[in-house]
Amino acid sequence: MSETIATTPKGHIEVKNFSLAYETIEGAVQAVTDTQIHVQPGEFVSIVGPSGCGKSTLLNAVAGFLKSTTGIVTVDGERVNGPSAERGMVFQQYSLFPWKTVRENVEFGLKMRGMPRSQRERAARTLLGLAGLEAFEKHYPEKLSGGMKQRVGIVRALATGPKVLLLDEPFGALDAQTRVIMQQILTNMWQRLKISVLFVTHDIDEAIFLSDRVYCMTARPGSIKAEIPIPLERPRQQSMMMSSEFLALRRGLMSLIREESLKAMGGEINDLGMQGLNIELHGHSLADVI
Amino acid sequence: MSSPALVSQPEDSMPATAVAEAGPSPAAVVRPTTPPSFGTLALRWYRLNRAGLRATAIGVISLLVFLLVWHLLTTYRVVFFVRFTNVPSPLAVYDSFIKAIHDPKFLMHILLSCRRIFIGFSLAAIIGVPLGLIMGRFKLVHEVIFPVAEVLRPIPAIAWVPMAIMLWPTNEQSIVYITFLGSFFPILVNTLHGMSLVDPVLVRAAQCLGARERSIFREVYFPASLPHIFTGLTVGMGVAWVSLIAAEMISGQYGIGYFTWEAYSLVQYADIALGMIAIGVLGLGSSLLIRGAGQLVMPWRST
Repeated sequence: MSETIATTPKGHIEVKNFSLAYETIEGAVQAVTDTQIHVQPGEFVSIVGPSGCGKSTLLNAVAGFLKSTTGIVTVDGERVNGPSAERGMVFQQYSLFPWKTVRENVEFGLKMRGMPRSQRERAARTLLGLAGLEAFEKHYPEKLSGGMKQRVGIVRALATGPKVLLLDEPFGALDAQTRVIMQQILTNMWQRLKISVLFVTHDIDEAIFLSDRVYCMTARPGSIKAEIPIPLERPRQQSMMMSSEFLALRRGLMSLIREESLKAMGGEINDLGMQGLNIELHGHSLADVI
Repeated sequence: MSSPALVSQPEDSMPATAVAEAGPSPAAVVRPTTPPSFGTLALRWYRLNRAGLRATAIGVISLLVFLLVWHLLTTYRVVFFVRFTNVPSPLAVYDSFIKAIHDPKFLMHILLSCRRIFIGFSLAAIIGVPLGLIMGRFKLVHEVIFPVAEVLRPIPAIAWVPMAIMLWPTNEQSIVYITFLGSFFPILVNTLHGMSLVDPVLVRAAQCLGARERSIFREVYFPASLPHIFTGLTVGMGVAWVSLIAAEMISGQYGIGYFTWEAYSLVQYADIALGMIAIGVLGLGSSLLIRGAGQLVMPWRST
């Protein structure tokens, strides 16, 4: 286990002057412009923003799947220029290999590293035990529930002992109860492993509940609109979500995102234009109602 | 590592089992009360397999009805648009079957056909599957080979008979070549199709677990394409038999196709039906073999 659980925090992510554009027939389309973010070693940072704002693009650039048009991405001072086992990734679509059992999925990264079979089997069993999945080691992913699949996905990404963990809306497809349990599991693993986490979500509550800091992105072309530190103490409990501190943070983030979402939906919606539609606004502006 | 559970309980105290979720826990299916008696077990087995038993029973009855209708049509020599005057009855076919299985020549025909299928089909699989995988992975190979394949593909294997006889020094080789051609294209096309459907997210997942090109090919592209590869093998096996029988009837000296055609020339009508049934049984057997191999190679697809 010495390889998978480290005691010193590691994984300093730095994204500087980052922009990314796609080539289309009408010319370059800017997905992300002029973005700087950083994640301190051992820090849990979330990125929220309206859909299509480029938050997943940014994450994929940190993972090494996309090349920046300008700017650089570094992890612990080393430039990122391709995917690597140093940056573990968890995808929304689970992305477990259907032809491998739960344990073989977890073993995959260790196998790629050339670890002998007996050794990696033992490591995978231990990790699955930590996640409460030892009873399912011989099952194929198809037989698992969404929450279990994603737990396997997280364990698999952590098995190689990465410096950072990147998560792209990992709990987006789960029901509310499972989601809460998964957040708890993720928090526990993160505190144990002391690695840096970069977490993309569209769920504001989730971002606040999990993170040390939250970046809020603007509508496309995406850039950082605000950086919000989350001073809530740890360990965090479900009941904190009702505290005034939490709610204040939620209100703040909510209004930031609403502004951007409205922009993303095609500019300002004119309240006067809605009058003929027989929608009772009770004296509020449309932006508040939405 | 002080506490073994990664989930520390929040203060609204979720029970520890809740973390395991309502998954398909094997223990939850059978309640560990008193061991059930044989009678209840049999009843339970019957209830679980009712649909399968029903299908089997109906299948057997339907085959028996088919034999009966065949028997009646031939014994009364029915002429109603089609003429059953010279068609052998099931009993006549059974007699010639009994004779044939004691005849080493009949067995030789069958063995020779099987050998041709084995060689032709194996070559098609050994060349078609890797070629499809490589074409699916490397654009340039695809761009070079695909147009040629598309031009040759629509030509039925039977149309190759004259050309095959010119190309190959022996008759045997040309028949194997035609069998090969028949199964090659379905295998190639389905392998390519499988490669085009590989989920890119799985490739990315492998990449950020440290997999390099060769490992991704072996661990992701190949297993992900296997279901389609096996579809190709099944279709290819069917076409291989079609091509083989046609080739044997036209240019062969031995083989079950030749046997069937020869029976017509020698006015041994019962042997025609025997040859046809033998071809059917061999075709069925070979596709069952492929299906079995598929289940063996893809355990994650069987429940």
